[in-house]
This record gives sequence, C-alpha cells and structure tokens, in this order.
Amino acid sequence: MTTQSPLSPTGAGAPAGGPLPTQPKNRSVAERESVVIRFCGDSGDGMQLTGTEFTRVTALAGNDLSTLPDFPAEIRAPAGSIAGVSGYQLQFSSREVFTPGDQPHTLVAMNPAALKANLADLVPGGALVVNTGAFTKPNLQKAGYESNPLEDGSLARYHVHQVDVTKLTALALKDTGLSSKEIGRCKNFFALGLAFWMYNRPTEPEIESIKQKFGKKPELADANIKAFLAGYNYGETAEIFTESIEVKPAPIAAGTYRNIMGNSATAIGLVTAGHLSGLDIFFAGYPITPASSILHELSNYRAYGVTTFQCEDEIAAIGAALGGSFGGQLGVTASSGPGIALKGEFLGLAVSLELPLVIINVQRGGPSTGLPTKTEQADLLQALYGRNGECPIPVLAAMTPADCFDATIEACRVAVKHMTPVLLLTDGYLANGSEPWLLPKKSDLAPIEVKFRTDPTGYEVYERDPETLARAWVRPGTPGLAHRVGGLEKDALTGNVSYDPVNHEVMCQTRADKVARVAQGFGKLHLTGPDHGELLVCGWGSTYGAIAQSVELARAEGRQVSHVHLRWLNPLHRELGALLKRFDKVLVPEMNLGQLVKVLRAEFLVDAQSFTKVQGKPFTVSELKARIDQLTSQKERS
Amino acid sequence: MSHTTTMEGAAPIKLTRKDYASDQDVRWCPGCGDYAILAQVQKVFADLRLERDNTVFVSGIGCSSRFPYYMNTYGVHSIHGRAPAIASGLKVARPELAVWVVTGDGDGLSIGGNHLIHAIRRNIDLKILLFNNRIYGLTKGQYSPTSELGKRTVSTPHGVPDRPFNPVAVALGAGATFVARAFDTDTDHLQAMLRRAHAHKGTAFIEIYQNCNVFNDGAFEHLAEKKVHDERVIALEHGKPLLFGPGKSKGLRFDAHGRATAVEVGDGPGQVPVGAIACHDESVDSAGYAFVLSQLDYPTSPVPIGIFRAVERPTYEQTVREQARKVAPTGARKDIETLWRQGDTWVAGSGGDAE
Repeated sequence: MTTQSPLSPTGAGAPAGGPLPTQPKNRSVAERESVVIRFCGDSGDGMQLTGTEFTRVTALAGNDLSTLPDFPAEIRAPAGSIAGVSGYQLQFSSREVFTPGDQPHTLVAMNPAALKANLADLVPGGALVVNTGAFTKPNLQKAGYESNPLEDGSLARYHVHQVDVTKLTALALKDTGLSSKEIGRCKNFFALGLAFWMYNRPTEPEIESIKQKFGKKPELADANIKAFLAGYNYGETAEIFTESIEVKPAPIAAGTYRNIMGNSATAIGLVTAGHLSGLDIFFAGYPITPASSILHELSNYRAYGVTTFQCEDEIAAIGAALGGSFGGQLGVTASSGPGIALKGEFLGLAVSLELPLVIINVQRGGPSTGLPTKTEQADLLQALYGRNGECPIPVLAAMTPADCFDATIEACRVAVKHMTPVLLLTDGYLANGSEPWLLPKKSDLAPIEVKFRTDPTGYEVYERDPETLARAWVRPGTPGLAHRVGGLEKDALTGNVSYDPVNHEVMCQTRADKVARVAQGFGKLHLTGPDHGELLVCGWGSTYGAIAQSVELARAEGRQVSHVHLRWLNPLHRELGALLKRFDKVLVPEMNLGQLVKVLRAEFLVDAQSFTKVQGKPFTVSELKARIDQLTSQKERS
Repeated sequence: MSHTTTMEGAAPIKLTRKDYASDQDVRWCPGCGDYAILAQVQKVFADLRLERDNTVFVSGIGCSSRFPYYMNTYGVHSIHGRAPAIASGLKVARPELAVWVVTGDGDGLSIGGNHLIHAIRRNIDLKILLFNNRIYGLTKGQYSPTSELGKRTVSTPHGVPDRPFNPVAVALGAGATFVARAFDTDTDHLQAMLRRAHAHKGTAFIEIYQNCNVFNDGAFEHLAEKKVHDERVIALEHGKPLLFGPGKSKGLRFDAHGRATAVEVGDGPGQVPVGAIACHDESVDSAGYAFVLSQLDYPTSPVPIGIFRAVERPTYEQTVREQARKVAPTGARKDIETLWRQGDTWVAGSGGDAE
C-alpha cells in the first residue's frame, strides 16, 4: 500500500520550536522482538553518521545489536549515482543478536539511487521511507529509473512513507541564517529524528550528543538539533505512521557495556596486551582500507604506552615493527590482503629471527585491489602458506566485532610466550561492524608473562625453552649479551650462520614443532550442540554470527546440527579431527571459494563439504539455514 | 645519549679493534674493500671506547650486509634493502641505542631505495654506511644503480642503458642533514668521517667508494691511484678553500648557475689568488650548495670527498619523545580502565557497576 504524506498544514517548522517531545500523546506502541533497519543515501548525505547515532542510542537503551556499514570505495562518487550510495544497517533486539540481519524491515532511502540499490533487500510489506525531495528528474535519470517509482506502482509491495525530507528540513531551518548548502547537510538529522520516533528512542541523549559533536560550531549544533526534532515531531504529527515500535532491552549478561566496532576493539586489545605484559606497544603501519582506523585509534593512545609509526610503505611497516620487537617492545603491524602480500618476506624473517610480532590482516575482497570496502575471508591460505620456505606462523581469527578484543590479546600472548610472529585475521565486516561490548574486569584478564634474559652465563642465542621451544628474548643494551641474528639459516644452538644440511632440517622441524606446541595452550573448542550427530557446521572468523543463528534456528526445528567455530587456524585444535569424524556430514561455510575446507580435508581426511559466498557481503542467516535444511532431516525433538 | 658514553667500568687500558671483532670468520673475498672498512669502523669504535652492548648494527642483503656478523655488538642481518626500516623502528622504539646501518649500492639504492630516502627524510639518528662498489657482488656481477652508463656486465652484454644514481645527490635530495664521501683505502680520512658521523645527531650518510676485486676490479682506481689522485679528487674541508691538484695548485670557482671551473691558483699572470677561491662551508642551511658539489664528477671535474653537509635539525625520535611528554608528562601510563570506558557506557543487569 502506498501512503501519500501531505505536509502538515502548520508546516514542519512549527513543531521544531515546540516543547521537547519526551511524552508524546496518543502514541500507539507496538512491541517487537527484533528490528532490522537500513539507512541509505548518497555518500554526501551523512548516512554513516545517521546509522552510528541511531546505534549509539539503541545500545544505551539496552538492546543487543549488530551493525553493518556499507560504503563505496570512492570517497565521493558522482552525487546521485548508484556508485555513490552509502548504507548503514543495524539489527537490534530484545534477545541475543548474532548478525546485522538478513533483510531490513525498514528502509530509509534518501534518493532514487539509494532506493534502486537497496530495495531488493527490503522484506515484502516492509516500511519504506523515501525522501521525495530528492526524486527529481535528473536524480531519477542518474539512478537509471525510466519512470518515477513513487508514481508507477512499482512499490506496491511495501508500506511506503513519502516524506519530503529536503523541503521539511529547509522549512525547519529557514530562520537559522544558514546557507542552503549547510541546511542541505542537516537532512540526515531529520531522517534520524524520524527513525527515533518510529522506534521510540529517547531524544535527550541524542541532543546531548549533537551538542558535543558540534561543540565548536554552536550554530550547526542548533541547526542539527532543530532538524532532528523536526523529524521526530513530524513522525508524531503527520499521522502517517500509525504506531511506533518498541524493542525492549535484551537480557544480556550483567555488567557495564559500550558499543564497539571491530577495529576499535582490536586497537584497545593491543593497548590492553601492553598493560597485561608491561611491554610498550610499537605499532608501525601504512594506510590501507579497511585497516587504517587501527592506526588512527592507536595514535591517540600514547599515554597508554603506545608508539605509532606511519611508514613509507607496507614493507617498512612490518620491518619497523620487527625492529621494535628486536628492541624489546611488542612490535605490531596491521594491513589488509594487498599489504600482507608485500609483508611476506618480512614474515619469513620474523620466523627466522624468532621474535614476537603481531600482524593483523583486516581482510577485504580480492584479488589485487579487489573490493577495498567489502568483506571477504579469502586470505586464509595466504596467512597459512603465503611465504617462501617452510615458514610456519600461528594464525587465529576473530569472530565478532567485540571478540576482536579477546582475539588480539590472545595473539599478543602467543607471540610473546612462543617468540613467534602471529597472524590475526579479522575482516571488513568485523572492522566496521559494531555490537555491545561487555567491559572486562581487570581481574578477569591473566597477565602476559615476559621474560627478558639478562644472565650472560652460558647464553646460546637459539637455546630453547624445553616446553614451548621458544628462544630467549634479549633486549639490546643488556650487558654481556650482545649477539647477532639474521635471515640466513643458523646453527640450532649458537645461532651462527650454518649451511649444514642436517642442521637445516633440524631447524625447519623445530620451527614447525614450536608452532604446533602453541596448541597446548588452547582452551576448549567453541562447540554448540552435541559432539556427534548428523551435521557439523565448521566455521571460522566473522561468519560466526550467521552460522550461530542459523544453527540455532535449525536445532529449534529438531535438526541434528552442531556448530564448531575455530579460533585457531594454525595450529588446529588437537581435538578437532576426532570431532569432525563423529558427524555424518561436515559443512564448511566460508566467504571465499573454499579454503578452510581444503585444509580440513587434507589434515583429517574427512569428506567436508564447502559452502561459499564471495559477494563482498556476509552470509545471510536464511541462506545458511536453507543449506543446513538440505543436509539434515527434520526430527521430532526429544 | 648513552651511545656517546664510553665503556663503563672497563679498565683504562687501550682498546683495540679486536675488542669489537666477533668470533666469526670473515668471509669476504680476499682483497675485498670491505675488510678495510670493517677495520676502520672497529678502530674508531675502539678509539672512542663505544659501548658494544648499546650498539646495534643492522644490514640488508649483499656482500656489505654481512658486516654485523663481524662486529661484537648487537646486530641484525635482515632482508634485501630493508635495513633502514628495521633500524628506524628500533631507533624510534629505543632512542638510547646507537644504531648503525650497513648497506650497499644495490641494497640501499635499488631494492631498498624507498626506505633509505625516507629514513634520511625523517632525520632518524641512524649512521648509514653505503658501500658503493658499482656492481652486484653477491649475485655475481650484474650492474647496479651506480654502475656507469655503457658498462658491460653479465646482465648488460651490450652495455648499461640507464644512467646511474649519485648516492650523495640522492641523500641530499632526501634532505640529509649529514652527508659525506670517503674511500675504503684512505684509512685516516675514512676514520675521520666515521667519527663525525658518530658525533652527528640525526641521519648521517656516508658513501664509501669500495673496490670489488672480483666483479668490478678497479672500480675507483681512476680516482684512487696515487698518480692521479690529487688531480681528480678534491678533499672538502670546512672553512678551507676548495683546492686540489698537485700541491693544491688548483681551485674551483662556480658561476651563477653552479657550473664549476678549475683555475690555477696563485699570484702569477692568469692565476687566481687563493683568497678568491670559495671556502667550503658544510653548515650552509640550504642543501643547494652541497648539491652543486655533489654534481662534480670525473672526468669533467675533480670528485669531492669529505663532508658535503652537516647541519642540525630535530630528529624524528626527539620529536616523538616530546609529543609523548606532552600527553604523559610523568611518563606513567594511564589506567587501562579509562580507555575501556571511553565514550558512552551503560549498565545491564545487576552485576554492572554504576557509572
């Protein structure tokens, strides 16, 4: 049904000046368990800000949530073009949320291109809010519409709310003295206000946030607050939304929370590892999407014992980080696939020098420059094998945005304990997605033990700890321990250059054993469901949310399906092989063309099946569920 | 500043270069110029009684890059071209260490050119010794980025088609605060350059002309040979006129465009009085003057050795330290919990603590 939205006779400017709408009258509120909403518009429309602001207040309201920003690789593609469409989706719920949601229930489209690019995802019967002010002939043409979809009946499947956001914002701000260009930039806050009304969010925290955000330009703060309230009041006044929707707080674990994006959790995890180890963090990086924000964030944390160094290229970044580690700090670098490719030779040197080093790959679509702003898991085999020689490196992956914190600390812990480079895989979906993060308590986090050797008596550079096979870490400046290390093969004890054939084999085997022994420190496998049955879904990394939810749905139908999610990709968990063999079928969903499945088949001789997606987008719950349904029989629950 | 201090507690006996030699056999080809350079570095370290334990030698790949193995200090023999990257990270992380980089014309100017220029640009307090033998030795005789145009090598049987880099000009172009040139065989002069590099605060770059008697024998014989040395080489000395030739009988004059002309110096007819010859000034603020000198080359001009430029600028690591002092004046770390609690937080359930 298409609803026309007449302007309220008083004009939209009027409510903006009125009292704060904290107690709307005559509100009919419907309760929902979960809502998926997507804001989309031109990249210049400020949709990322709209999305993050809505998310912030939703988190404060106590909902569990998950977000997925989706923006173009171009900074500013031509205005109004499909290429320039930017979107932000979030799911919030009164119960546990695993993903940003398959399909939005509500789509806010600020221009025709945004409508065209996003409409297919909206659930039939979903609410569609369109900014009619942007549906001009030139914009329709740029979006490739031959006729105006608002008029040709093509939107009949949806609950359409036509709102002239452009005009209403202009009316609300006509007395502010701002230029029409500046007024145009406030549209997103009108849309945000409207969304706040629709989902019954409190306005006060947002007004405070706008004041803070635009603190230096009070006239812009005032204008945005006016636009925001105009949008909110419009929702209340215009009588086009018959009811607003309430999503009650989720019963999540007790504690203090904040909303956190994956890259932020990674950065804070690194600083926390510095706290737990007492080591200074030396982070060297080179700008690359979608990893750069780790560098940005860490550069603000100098007072927490972090030094950041923006290098001339990716190679220098890992080199400088390794130099920091040789110097006795914890060297860290972060990049994405193309940058990791450049770092490959240095990864080999780090393996040879046996120094701690943490390398973070925020994966994106490949090959080559690929899809810089889209997500993918196609760098797994690069992480496991992408180097010359026998060159084992521990590899782990984060599962959710907040889990990037834990995974990062784990990476640092292993790097220091085992004197090895460690590769941490996250991806664009985790990096830019967000969810509530339960703040840790200091007492919950075990210290990271660091032992610098200071005793020169009997020092041999490659003498090893009998348990971990790690060699000793010596800070330059330590009296009597001056020594040389290098990338040439070295004697298994003294570290002096050695071309001895048997020694080389011993060293290759020892380096492999050392990495294999990392598995001694693993906790339990992350298993949901029984440890045997019809189907095991085995995933890794950011597919966690979608797999967890689809498995939960299938189990609720009585299907015999379990889910194991791998924290470590190298070495593999010592119980994994036996677990895989206790199921009739194994399904391995991955956002690549089947990489983990190759490893599992090779390592364990199991007939694991692959389920893949390489569209730059995460799996949806429904597509995973459909695959699970095909592979399992529905039984009565016992 | 501990890299300027001496070995504490050491007996006041004279140290020798053997005190800075590691227990490893030196494996360069017999007759290689690298032996002479190693000896002079060890000699200078002994004379200055530098602390072995606070010194790190970092190198890349190539003949010269074996250098760290032979120094009884901390050392990293890394990968091709990347020594400045490791050294930069090390020095920024641990500014109190003395960090020396040993590289060659292939390692430093070809595969590692980017790291070299950026280390120099940042003025990180590294001592960079570039051994220039104008050939790839370790890979057996291919032409390098400093090989002469037209040179026949295993990879250029028809002659080198590309024009060479001038390492001194590259360093100056990258904004180097200290640039010098020396010969491997001129031991006293090389020692003097090493001492000055050691004393400099900031990136100190020394190009060392070095012979490869296997793949490019006589690389600099046209300059080094006694008979022609005075005629073809001009030693730059701060505050002294730009004189060269037998008995310093010639001087250099420059026109408004930086073109050099050699003139006879003296008070006779057709000669230029020594007072009219410009005095060398290594401290000129602009790098332009040093760059003009860097362009002097055989056979059109005598080739300068000595210090082209030595100016004081803040080092990268000093600036970073000062920034750190501003955000953390006491040096104490902020409480990690403050970081966790940045931004909006909320409490769920009963276990949360009040904000």
